[in-house]
Formats: sequence, C-alpha cells, structure tokens
Amino acid sequence: MVLAYAGKKQLMLEMLGKGRELANELEKELTAVIVGDENHALAEEYIQYGADKVFLIRTNQEMFKAEEYTQILTGLIEESESELVLIGSNKDGKELAPRLAAKLKAGCVSECTDIHIDDGDIITERTIFSGKAVAKEKINSKQGIITVPSKTFDPLDADTGRNGDIIEKEIMVDPSRSKIIDVKEMEHSGVNVEDAEVIVSCGRGFDNREDIELAENLAAQFKGRAIGCSRPISADLNWLPEEHWVGLSGHKVKPRVYFAVGISGQIQHIAGMRDSDIIVAINKDPDALIFDNADYGIVGDLYKVLPELIDAIENAKT
Amino acid sequence: MNIIVCAKQIVNVTDIRIDKKTNKPVLQGLDNKISDIDKNAVEEAIRVRDEKGGKVTIIMVGPSEATETVKELLAMGADEALLIPWDQDYDYHVVSELLIGGIKKLGDYDIILCGEASLDLFSGQIGPRVAELLDIPQITYAQEIGADDEKVVGDRNLGDSIVTVESSYPVLITVTKEINEPRLPSLMDILGAANKPIEILEADDVVSEVSSPTVETIDITGVSMDRKNIIYEEMPVGEAVSKLVESLGKEGVI
Repeated sequence: MVLAYAGKKQLMLEMLGKGRELANELEKELTAVIVGDENHALAEEYIQYGADKVFLIRTNQEMFKAEEYTQILTGLIEESESELVLIGSNKDGKELAPRLAAKLKAGCVSECTDIHIDDGDIITERTIFSGKAVAKEKINSKQGIITVPSKTFDPLDADTGRNGDIIEKEIMVDPSRSKIIDVKEMEHSGVNVEDAEVIVSCGRGFDNREDIELAENLAAQFKGRAIGCSRPISADLNWLPEEHWVGLSGHKVKPRVYFAVGISGQIQHIAGMRDSDIIVAINKDPDALIFDNADYGIVGDLYKVLPELIDAIENAKT
Repeated sequence: MNIIVCAKQIVNVTDIRIDKKTNKPVLQGLDNKISDIDKNAVEEAIRVRDEKGGKVTIIMVGPSEATETVKELLAMGADEALLIPWDQDYDYHVVSELLIGGIKKLGDYDIILCGEASLDLFSGQIGPRVAELLDIPQITYAQEIGADDEKVVGDRNLGDSIVTVESSYPVLITVTKEINEPRLPSLMDILGAANKPIEILEADDVVSEVSSPTVETIDITGVSMDRKNIIYEEMPVGEAVSKLVESLGKEGVI
C-alpha cells in the first residue's frame, strides 16, 4: 500500500498525483489519510484525484502535534501494511516524518524532488549542499517514508467517475505532555513569491525599511511581480513578513527574472532562487558572491542604480 | 538544569565545488566546522544554564578527529562533551540510535537541544527521531525559549503562524537561527576550553549492535549553476544601467 498524508489540500492533491503513479508501478493501492475532520466531501475529492481509499480519522486531539500524529499514522501504516508513505513537506510534515520513521525504524528521505520505483526498490532524489548537488538514494527498510515539498508534482485531472472506499476510524492517542497555549497568525499581504514572474529581492544593502519602496518601484515596471528578501530582512529585522523570504529555509522561487538588490549572495539565499531563468545582481561590493551566480550585474550603490534603472526601463518601454 | 546539545560537524558548503569532469562535488580538503544552527542551540543552552544553573553537555556522532571542532563549543561555554566516533556508513536512523545510546549513558537530562537542521543536508530529522526514541515531547523550530523550574515555553515559527507550546521536562527542542546570536569565544575562553573534558565512547559502548543504514546513497551529482556573469563595473552608473536595460531587452523581459 502507498499511504499519503498532508494537512493541506493542494499539497495532498499533488502527492496523490505522484502517489497514483507509484502505486500503479508497485501494483498496490493508494490510500489518503484525513485526520480530525469528518470531511466526506474532501475524501470524495481525494478519490477523484487518484486515491483508492481514504481513511477518515476521528481522534481525541484537536491540533497537530507530531507526538500524537505519529501514533495515529503508525497504527494505520502497520494495519494497512504500507511500504511507502508520502508526507507533505510543510513544517508539520517535516517534523512528523522523522518521528514516525524513528518509531517504525524506517528510512526517511526529506524533501524529495523525485521518486521512482526501480526493480521494486524505492529510489529518491533530493537536493543537498544548498542546491549544489542532487543525491540519489535507495530506501532499504521495510517501510520508506518520504516528505514531498509543494509544487514538486502535478495533481491528476479530477475524475468524477472514480470510485473508492471511505473508511471512518476512531483512533485515540496518548496525549503529549506538551500543550499549545497560543497561536498567532502572522501578517499576510497576499504575496506569493513562489508564483511570481519577476521578483525584486532586497538584502542588507538597504539602510532603512522605508527604502524598500525603491525595490517596489522597480518591481512596478513588471507584470506578475513580487518583492522578495534575504533572511536578515525578514527574520532578523522584521522589515518584511516571512512570505517574502527567499532561501533554503524560506521560499524557493523560479521567476523569469530575479533581481537581487543589495544581497551578498550567501549560499542559503542562492538555494532559494537558483532556478530563476535570469538573475540580475546589484551590489556595491564587486566581490559579493551574488555576482558569481548572476547573469547580469551592476557593481554600484543601489541608491544610485535603482532610480536610474527604473527611469531607463520606463523609457525603454515607451 | 542538565542540558544536552546534539551537534554535527560539516564541511563549509560555500566551499564545495563541482568537478567539471566527473560532475561530482569535491569534499576532500575542505575545512570542517560545527553546523551553524547547532551553535545557536549551544548558545541557547548556555543562556538557560547561566540563568538556572546546571551544566551543558555536547554530544556528537562523527569522525574521531571532530574533537577539534567540539572544542569550539566548549570554548563558547559548554561544560563537557561526549564524542561517539563513527566513520562507517550511516543515515539518520543509525546516527539517532547512536545519539540516544550516548544520551542514556549521560544520565538525567531536562532539555535536549538541536539545530532545526544541519546546513549541509538540511533534513531536520535528528531532533524528532531522538525525541521519539526517548519518548519525550518535541518543540521544533523554536525562535524563543523561556525555561522555568517546572516547564519550558517555546515560540515555534511555522512561517504563517507562531505557535507557543509549553512542556514539562524532559523535552527536546530544535531552534532556528533567529533565536540568538552565538557568541565568539575570546582567546581566554579558547585556552580555558583545553581543560574541559571530552569523553570518547565507541559505538559498541553505547549500543549493543549498530543498525545498518535504512537509506543508502547511490549517487551524488553536481548541479550546474552556469550563469552568464556579465557584470557592468568601473563605468558610470548611467552607462551600466543602459547596458543592463539593453541586455534585458534582448532577453525579452522589458
């Protein structure tokens, strides 16, 4: 059996797309898991998108905790004799999968970019060394647990005629000693850097928060634009919310054009934007690492370059 | 308060280059260092110890010469270290089993701290695996920790929300880079660290049998990052800008 679990629907649909292909190759069933939400409509949808079976789990816990979800999934994996488990690689999934793997003494590969079956073996690919290399790995344990990042695989087209089983289950867990005492939603501006066509990204070269307006003015010259930033601008200085943060532990982006403005180009930042079609760097330090990773660059003060660049693009368009 | 920090020795990823002929990353001859976020974990451990008393113990599974990099963490202020040398095949399953074997030898503990992930492979598996094997709660991606006598509270950064979690002891906490700024040891600290104990226990001393890896690496290939590298410098800003706009025009993006 191939088992798939993600707390987010879109990610689950993408995983079901790949999961269907893997289940066919293994000649096994594909099962989706929904926890804590008796959502039959969602279960039906998962079947239309490729699942043969959906476990609809009722439990005594309301919010996600890795300790408790490990118990739920361990039971399901053992009962269904699943050999391949796909877990959505958001923050919840990334802390759940290894915990589950430890419980099952199973191999676990994080953030796979590809999965295939070779002679019955599960083979995975993932990027390592901040995107400098791809590791091809083989799982040797009875069960293999794989986390799948969003936008890695495509969902199938919905097939409204597809049939499957919805199995309701009640699984009670031993509550964790930990307690969730507060949840604060973070500021949202509706920006989605992952879908942007053009990204203007800001780094420590900007002296003040207000100066980000310069980047916005440059971005305003393009359609499908978004403002990005490096780690310090979001995580340390809080000048921009996390949804703008491009990097290894931020968002991974692949726009047509990526402007890195005042960004030194640490490898963790490069890891988040290396799939961009064209990379343009603007930095006053000629030795900045960002220039090694750029198609075009200007060595100069961003406060002088940006206003001229905005004017020049405006003129070029008319 | 007894605090254990799991640390990993890695190569500096920035220095890794890809051999053009073989298309493999070249890892030989690179400097070793402690994975950056593990230093944040050590810094946080020192902070909690200084407030609450107790000791900070570093535990590492790695090459036997890693005693050199471990000394860096002792210089920062950790009290002692346990190194379990291991240079045969490993995966997260093997390493976490060795770590808990070592942790059990260390005796009572209140907090186990880890970095959220190591900078070379960035999987973030060790923390949750160790927590499960010890059957204790985990607080991952903590960007702030407040340790009390009876309980610890951690703010978890989940990207779209901050979740505050409370747990009694013992507990495992993984931290992000934002939690603090790791201190740079002074020369006196470095000299002082020379006398701090580094215990070495062989794998056989901590587990009855070392498991075989559950994940096997078949191949590692380099990813080419060939860029045009057309850089406009040593010219007036106006000229550089018009050249850039012309290039972007040719690329069809303006």
